[in-house]
Amino acid sequence: MRRFLGRRWMSASAVGWWDNVGLAPKDPLLSVTEAFIADANPNNINLGVGAFRDDEGKPLVLQCVRDAEARIAGAEYLESISRQGTLKLVEESVKLAYGENSDVVKEGSFAGVQAISGTGACRLFAEFQRRFQPESRIYLPVPTWSNHHNIWRDAQVPQRTFQYYNLASKGLHFSALMDDVKNAPNHSFFLLHPCAHNPTGIDPTEEQWREISYLFKVKNHFPFFDMAYQGFASGDLEKDAQAIRIFLDDGHLIGCAQSFSKTMGLYGQRVGCLSVLCVDKNQATAVKSQLQQIARAMYGNPPAHGALLVSTILGDPGLKSLWVKEAKVMSDRIMKMRAALRDNLERLGSAFNWEHITNQVGMFCYSGLNPEQIDRLGNEFHIYMPNDGRISMAGVTTGNVDYLANAIHEVTKSG
Amino acid sequence: MRPQITYSSPTDRRLTALVRHLADDPFSASLQMDSQNTISPSPTAAFNGDSVFANVVQAPEDPILGVTVAYNKDPSPVKLNLGVGAYRTEEGKPLVLNVVSRAEQMLVNDQSRVKEYLPITGLADFNKLSAKLIFGADSPAIQDNRVATVQCLSGTGSLRVGAEFLARHYHQRTIYIPLPTWGNHPKVLTIAGLSVKYYRYYDPATRGLNFQGLLEDLGSAPSGAIVLLHACAHNPTGVDPTLEQWDQIKQLMRSKGLLPFFDSAYQGFASGSLDADAQPVRLFVADGGECLAAQSYAKNMGLYGERVGALSFVCRTADVASRVESQLKLVIRPMYSNPPLHGASIVATILKDRDMFHEWTIELKAMADRIISMRQQLFDALQSRGTPGDWSHIIKQIGMFTFTGLNTEQVVFMTKEYHIYMTSDGRISMAGLNSKKVPHLADAIHEAVTRIV
Repeated sequence: MRRFLGRRWMSASAVGWWDNVGLAPKDPLLSVTEAFIADANPNNINLGVGAFRDDEGKPLVLQCVRDAEARIAGAEYLESISRQGTLKLVEESVKLAYGENSDVVKEGSFAGVQAISGTGACRLFAEFQRRFQPESRIYLPVPTWSNHHNIWRDAQVPQRTFQYYNLASKGLHFSALMDDVKNAPNHSFFLLHPCAHNPTGIDPTEEQWREISYLFKVKNHFPFFDMAYQGFASGDLEKDAQAIRIFLDDGHLIGCAQSFSKTMGLYGQRVGCLSVLCVDKNQATAVKSQLQQIARAMYGNPPAHGALLVSTILGDPGLKSLWVKEAKVMSDRIMKMRAALRDNLERLGSAFNWEHITNQVGMFCYSGLNPEQIDRLGNEFHIYMPNDGRISMAGVTTGNVDYLANAIHEVTKSG
Repeated sequence: MRPQITYSSPTDRRLTALVRHLADDPFSASLQMDSQNTISPSPTAAFNGDSVFANVVQAPEDPILGVTVAYNKDPSPVKLNLGVGAYRTEEGKPLVLNVVSRAEQMLVNDQSRVKEYLPITGLADFNKLSAKLIFGADSPAIQDNRVATVQCLSGTGSLRVGAEFLARHYHQRTIYIPLPTWGNHPKVLTIAGLSVKYYRYYDPATRGLNFQGLLEDLGSAPSGAIVLLHACAHNPTGVDPTLEQWDQIKQLMRSKGLLPFFDSAYQGFASGSLDADAQPVRLFVADGGECLAAQSYAKNMGLYGERVGALSFVCRTADVASRVESQLKLVIRPMYSNPPLHGASIVATILKDRDMFHEWTIELKAMADRIISMRQQLFDALQSRGTPGDWSHIIKQIGMFTFTGLNTEQVVFMTKEYHIYMTSDGRISMAGLNSKKVPHLADAIHEAVTRIV
């Protein structure tokens, strides 16, 4: 087969289109995993991973998911099934978030759409916010999941931050948070993590949430909740949604992004839900139609398989109760690892206060380690984490917790 | 609300149980309730009980989906839905390809499979196989590592990611799209930050290609402008350039430095041959030039709901390709982080297995052949009725759709009198037609054309 030599054309053509394209910086979290994979040392530990691992360090597919998958095999390609699957997913998601017996759910006064997991839900909302509240900004906590900044930036919504983490106490900087909420102009949009804050693992107490909610009412702020870890904070789905329920009781018309990635171990399926509470069903219909338009210009319809999995599990009492059990097993393992790590460090005689390991909740621990210490952990001990010191407790196992504690003790005892 | 499919395997029993489970749900029924249900703001409602989104108005309904809505409401036993953009069997049913069911069952049975996040760029196997599918396994561009491919959410997602990249990194913001084109094209491209212009494409007089107009319009485009090209089976007209015409288009575009952006949603579906349908794209790659290609597996693998697609950049050098890929990740991560696993796994399973791939080509050809047969039958039926006009475009046009040339009044007449549903531009989906309904459709066209001019 005759082949045209590229050169002949290239010399005659205009300059290459992409010569100006620079190499993009790598995603900070994903490069942790890359470094881990490149390290052949048998002791290597990946503490960057934001996905659950069992006690052997292996990814876990829940049994309820396997059961549901066998059930739905072959079904989802029929468009009627996938349409209904989407509706059912939204219905079950909002029940989880707002409570089965909430007025919102009973009256249907919300606009709910299936989204591409939590990222997609946040992005849909950000685009919607830009379109219908073009003068608004989003206030993001410091710190927050790094991708939150990218999402609202790409949606062209200007960002501000509000204080959240207190470096000194390794806890919540509540007074500073309240000041920032108070000083923001009225009607500002705030992103809140309802439970298991990523990356710090620090959540407000119930009392603090009530105060925040009250101040939001006074200021007429818009609360947007990004809930990616329902069930992972306390092990109790209802308890983990408490912040949202408090805001609902106070009459806020919130927005909420939900992800099933961690909660059901469906990371690669990209299942999520975006809901926006509305005054009535008419408004809900209007808002939903606009959200669907935004989604249509981004990817058309959302993927069917994951939605069918979730709606099958949540819609079947047997599968749902199996899921609740399995979710608790996951969160229990994480809590056990927190206790073990702290315990080990204290027994090693570490001079530092490691209370925050067990005070913090959810998948992550904001260790407080500094970049030099983190580098040493990587180079000398083959332990990998992002350079903000966020440790994914999911990467800790009974098999490696001693090694990890020793390593942390080593790099911190001289400092 | 059961689907009228009859199966007898355990899968099918699961399927009917699933449908029952979804359909009997009182909540989904209540979503169709009238909008009378308002709630009075609770006593503790924030500010004056109003929403910050009170200014949001109802978005206009998608015109194509509106056709199906109207069709569903029609009680007539002879109604026919020719608006649907999805394949239907001779019995009018949606089709799950056998090879897809097989692939899925293999995945389900494989207990070692996990559901971890895919990389931002998607499933690596899937990407490589998709590039090979469209560019050819022996494509020099692939062999030189000059192709950057990322998994995206079907054709729409591929177009959006590609357009966003262009809006960020390319020196020209104008994209030329054919007149007419798929209704979602201008929306996707505009939102991504490109500025849309049209080039002449369809000639209503001949119901064929306005080649002269096309060449003139692309000839007067500013140097470097982007040009959207339907790789085959143009949607909605079914009118494709010949290979000779493609060659001329390519020469013109190269001489003006216009950047080709292919939308390939029907590879294998148009002629029945995967390679034949990819010829225009391969023509552009063969001369060593750069281009973009968006691929969809919605139609040719029947994976509509799984949103499986790929976006490829054919670049001058391997180094450029890897830089482009790194920047594509920055577009994707804030949009949805990484693409869905299921559909791409099915496609990769099929594409990498010789037997399954072969089986797929046979099923694909069967779908394409059925459509071609419908075209022939409709044409013959109109000939035998002596319907006035030249209807040869029905057999000349290719792919799922036919631009009949019927005007809006004629379309309305056919809906009202014959319960035949199509989009108001006269586009009919041949996939929605079957042998039993051909006479009904032919009668309707005949009467519409003779009674309304």
